[in-house]
Amino acid sequence: MTYTMTEFTPWSGLVGGALIGLSSGLLLLLIGRIAGISGIASGLMSTNVREMGWRAAFIAGLLLAALLFPWFSGQPLPVDIQADLPTMAIGGLLVGFGTRMASGCTAGHGISGLSRLSFRSLAATATFFATAMITVFVVRAG
Amino acid sequence: MLYLISLLCGVLFGLGLIVSGMINPAKVLNFLDVTGQWDPTLGLVFMGALAVAMPLYQWGLRRHSQPVAAEDFKVPKGRSVTLSLIGGSALFGIGWGLAGFCPGPGITSLASLLPGSIVFVIGLFAGAIAYRFLLAR
Repeated sequence: MTYTMTEFTPWSGLVGGALIGLSSGLLLLLIGRIAGISGIASGLMSTNVREMGWRAAFIAGLLLAALLFPWFSGQPLPVDIQADLPTMAIGGLLVGFGTRMASGCTAGHGISGLSRLSFRSLAATATFFATAMITVFVVRAG
Repeated sequence: MLYLISLLCGVLFGLGLIVSGMINPAKVLNFLDVTGQWDPTLGLVFMGALAVAMPLYQWGLRRHSQPVAAEDFKVPKGRSVTLSLIGGSALFGIGWGLAGFCPGPGITSLASLLPGSIVFVIGLFAGAIAYRFLLAR
């Protein structure tokens, strides 16, 4: 089985990464909140209106960016899904369950946590990168 | 004000995910495919993000006692590496390796209305609810 090849795009990677880092840093400096998407998403199911509100606004911002991008750039959203629907559903379940169990995801542990120099987040980040790489290796070898 | 700042930070974060290619499962999976058709881009996304976020976090948390537009920094206090931290991260990594989405890109990609995105996000919330339910028992 062959998988879609992708091109190494260092500059857009660095620039996009810097935007993510800027968003994360500003959210902390301005309103003191951690830009962890798994926590923000599950916090939507909170009963505290104020705590739910800023999270809903952040998620709305993510979706707004995805709606604005094709409009400004004239290009479609670059989303090329590789797995079939059952795999996407199982993947979503594992990501949702796992990130709540670990209290963080790529953003919360990988960017915010490492930026706080948290050892806990370093352990989490090393773990999910390792199991993700092993999973891709197994899926593509099989 | 809280909501407006949060909305704008969300837009910035979403644009970053799109511009960097993090929103694209093909690119994410090729980054994770170190022994195959490796695309190193996401390493640079992380470096770019940390290069900006780390100084802002360190400056903010060390030099200031409170954020600009809220009462306090809501920063996690836990320090210990627990079984649920490692076990949860391991499960998350498996899901990430299967789908090619982590939570941010998955949710942002909903705007594409692709069936795979929709199914992933439904799974994401179902998984989070399942954990909460399990924990409450």
